Amino acid sequence: MFDREYFNLGYLDILSYRDTVIHRLDPRTKLVAVLAFIVTVVSFPKYEITGLLPFSIFPVMLSSLGDIPVRFIAKKVLLVSAFAFFVGIFNPLLDHRPLHVIGGLTISGGWVSFFSIMLKFVLTATSALLLIATTSFPGICHALQKLGMPQIFVSQLIFLYRYIFVLAEEAMKIVRARDMRSFGNRGHGMKVFISLLGTLFLRTVERAERIYQAMLSRGFTGRLRTIRPYGFTSMDLVFLSATITLLYLFRTHDVVGALGRISLRGLG
Amino acid sequence: MHMADALLSPAVGATFWAGSLGAVTCGTRKLKESMDERMIPLMGVLGAFIFAVQMINFTIPGTGSSGHLSGGMILAIILGPYAAFIVMASVLTVQAFFFADGGLLALGCNIWNLGIYPCFLAYSLIYRPIVRGGNSPMRIAAAAIISAVIGLQLGAFSVVVQTLLSGRSELPFGAFLLMMQPVHLVIGLVEGFVTAGVINFIKTARPEILDSVLSAQPLSSGISTRKVATGLLVVAAITGGALSWFASANPDGLEWSIEKVFGRPELPAREHGITPALKSIQEKTAFLPGYKFRGHDGADKNTVGSSWPELDPEASVSGVFGSALVLAAVLLIGLVIRRLRRKSS
Amino acid sequence: MSHHIVEFQDVHFRYPDGTAALNGISLRITHGESVGIVGANGSGKSTLLMHMNGYLMPQGGAITIGDFQLDKKTRPEVRKKVGLIFQNPDEQLFMPTVFDDVAFGPLNLGLSQERVGDQVTAALKTVGCLHLKDKPPHHLSGGQKSAVAVAAVIAMQPDILVMDEPASHLDPKSRRALINLLRHFHHTKIIASHDLDLILDTCGRCIIIKEGKVVADGKSGDVLSDSQLLEENNLELPLSLQQRAVSSGGSMDEIAKLHHLLEHWAEHNTEHAKTYQDWSKKAEALGRPELAKLLKTIADETLATDAHFRKALELCR
Repeated sequence: MFDREYFNLGYLDILSYRDTVIHRLDPRTKLVAVLAFIVTVVSFPKYEITGLLPFSIFPVMLSSLGDIPVRFIAKKVLLVSAFAFFVGIFNPLLDHRPLHVIGGLTISGGWVSFFSIMLKFVLTATSALLLIATTSFPGICHALQKLGMPQIFVSQLIFLYRYIFVLAEEAMKIVRARDMRSFGNRGHGMKVFISLLGTLFLRTVERAERIYQAMLSRGFTGRLRTIRPYGFTSMDLVFLSATITLLYLFRTHDVVGALGRISLRGLG
Repeated sequence: MHMADALLSPAVGATFWAGSLGAVTCGTRKLKESMDERMIPLMGVLGAFIFAVQMINFTIPGTGSSGHLSGGMILAIILGPYAAFIVMASVLTVQAFFFADGGLLALGCNIWNLGIYPCFLAYSLIYRPIVRGGNSPMRIAAAAIISAVIGLQLGAFSVVVQTLLSGRSELPFGAFLLMMQPVHLVIGLVEGFVTAGVINFIKTARPEILDSVLSAQPLSSGISTRKVATGLLVVAAITGGALSWFASANPDGLEWSIEKVFGRPELPAREHGITPALKSIQEKTAFLPGYKFRGHDGADKNTVGSSWPELDPEASVSGVFGSALVLAAVLLIGLVIRRLRRKSS
Repeated sequence: MSHHIVEFQDVHFRYPDGTAALNGISLRITHGESVGIVGANGSGKSTLLMHMNGYLMPQGGAITIGDFQLDKKTRPEVRKKVGLIFQNPDEQLFMPTVFDDVAFGPLNLGLSQERVGDQVTAALKTVGCLHLKDKPPHHLSGGQKSAVAVAAVIAMQPDILVMDEPASHLDPKSRRALINLLRHFHHTKIIASHDLDLILDTCGRCIIIKEGKVVADGKSGDVLSDSQLLEENNLELPLSLQQRAVSSGGSMDEIAKLHHLLEHWAEHNTEHAKTYQDWSKKAEALGRPELAKLLKTIADETLATDAHFRKALELCR
């Protein structure tokens, strides 16, 4: 379990250092675009399904232009879907009012709103994961700082990211040592867990002390300073305006209904 | 439990984003006033510590199921409330990005639920007063367990309120509450037990860590935290009470209530502010015939409490047809781009 | 400008738990010297290094670094002069990308963005890691990490480079690369390590410390070949100075060793002969018949020695 989560994290991180059109965009552009996307998606009312479908173009474009493996992202999305599913699944049980009739089949409002929740979930979770798969986390930190997040908070994120991998590896060593000496479920109890945490904690504090020493010897005076060569390019402008235009079109126009009507008219 | 984007309405998401952002700004400002600069690497590495710890599972006694830690209480006890809150906020941010745990819009809610309650309320109003009277291992254990339980109960309650306010779920207030609170009672007990164990472990092995952090942070013992915490508690109680009244008064979900409270439906900007402008643009740029400006039926659907959308079989059929076409088109675009990429590389 | 760049005069230091780490230590290091500091665990090496940039302050005696006597006021200046590199590169590299990390020091010195960029590029070039500049440290190998840690310090252009166990995390090849790197630095270097071969390879002078005092100070070659002195300090002769029967392979005797070597030589001999033949053909193709003929002769004679090797191998049995 531990190994899997850790390697998943590592893989996502490695993806984010690839070099594609999407990866080269300014982190601010991508962050703003994804946030706008998420807000637009969740702004749809409870019983909306058809209006949400055109939005799938966004994650599909990001993943194919950014060369991100779909299956990996899909697995991760499935992994965190529990809560939305758990809350959403009550809708069909509680809401029986008929909402659609398709070929003699009546569909209740509960099912529609449940599918709407799951659709929104897939769209928002996928796009958030694609954001990090196409943008290195240092880039995101930089974007957050440029967008006005407090400096201490951003430096906190920077350190957190830098040492996740170091500490996860250390934790993994300790967990492996535990698993090697325990059989079945023995040794997985809370007592062992607590002393394991205690040990890891003390090592962490000592590590922080040594990092502080290293920072001091390089002239640290309380601020983490960085310079970044990022800049808005014409690609950013194109990407951002295309995204915003599409979001606006899809939010205000019934693309699915229109296409359906046109094609039915064409058939009939 | 992490709140998810899909269950939120933009209004609720934005409100809690604003609240959490305010708390982060206020927290960093407070920290800046009196922070020892060695706290910067310490906080960062402890954030990574909490992150790593959450990946380790352990067996919850008596149940055989496994659990993991949220970590807010441990951080608050070691770092003091402000620093702990900033660390929790950063941990949740990284989770939202790397695991899509919650989501980016729900991040505000999650920072509120898992950061503010344990760090400010549970720690300042429960843990500290109990431990100030003496810090025997038993006392620390009791304080940690009580405060962890209450912190998580508040968090769970808050999830219920946020979900219902958003009106995406049909769950009635009472039933949802009955599901969430007992589960989080168990989680809270485990969290408290582990927190107590770790704090006592540190206290025997390296007591100076606990002392030095507390003495290096006068703000954690100052009255200001108390004040802030009490204020938050009062606000939470009032909102909670008011919201539960709304929830019970309107079992359909709370969109209707939001509308009543704020005097307008959910997306005010789109429905009122920019609609005329958009409409004129739309009229000029309309490239598909037969399009209706969706502001109208959108508004109808938003006020679900008053008018139910009409059953229209023809519309439903064309909807299904259109959906299939749109999905096929999207899929095709994706495949074509991938094919082109592979060819070029 | 004083002649001595580092001077410790009767320096004392005691940790809060009562351990006396430095007991009146005195030493002088001059410009351009490279000095190894060795001693058993707990002899005070690390404490000594932590005094060099004022992370710890002397409780008695005085420390002079360049023109400054170390105190709270001069500490920032001293830190600009002394570049300190500790053991674990994961703790040295605390920024999210290699570029950010190497730029951290120069930015703290208040340099302009262009200057910072230039110095970072120069430092990364020196250690051969410029291509890694956009990578996060956790994507680097151990050897790359330690090279970048060195770059991060030299980007600040310090007068003195101080290192604590620089090679303890490295595999043999990366260790060798680091040693070569250090040999090309003309800074004043102070290296504390248990790796006596590394000291022997990189430092002209060696100081042995015991219980917070200097017990020996001289040329590395002299100090590190005094087996009795080393024995007294829980150290042993550097591997390169040990006259072991066999370099590897446990308890083989001399004949077994020779057999082993002969096998090795024989293998190389055949390879060389093939190379000569190849070049002979190439020379022919290039229209140099005389050269080709000569190479052919060399190849044949080399092949002939194969028989001698086979014979020698038999005699070894």
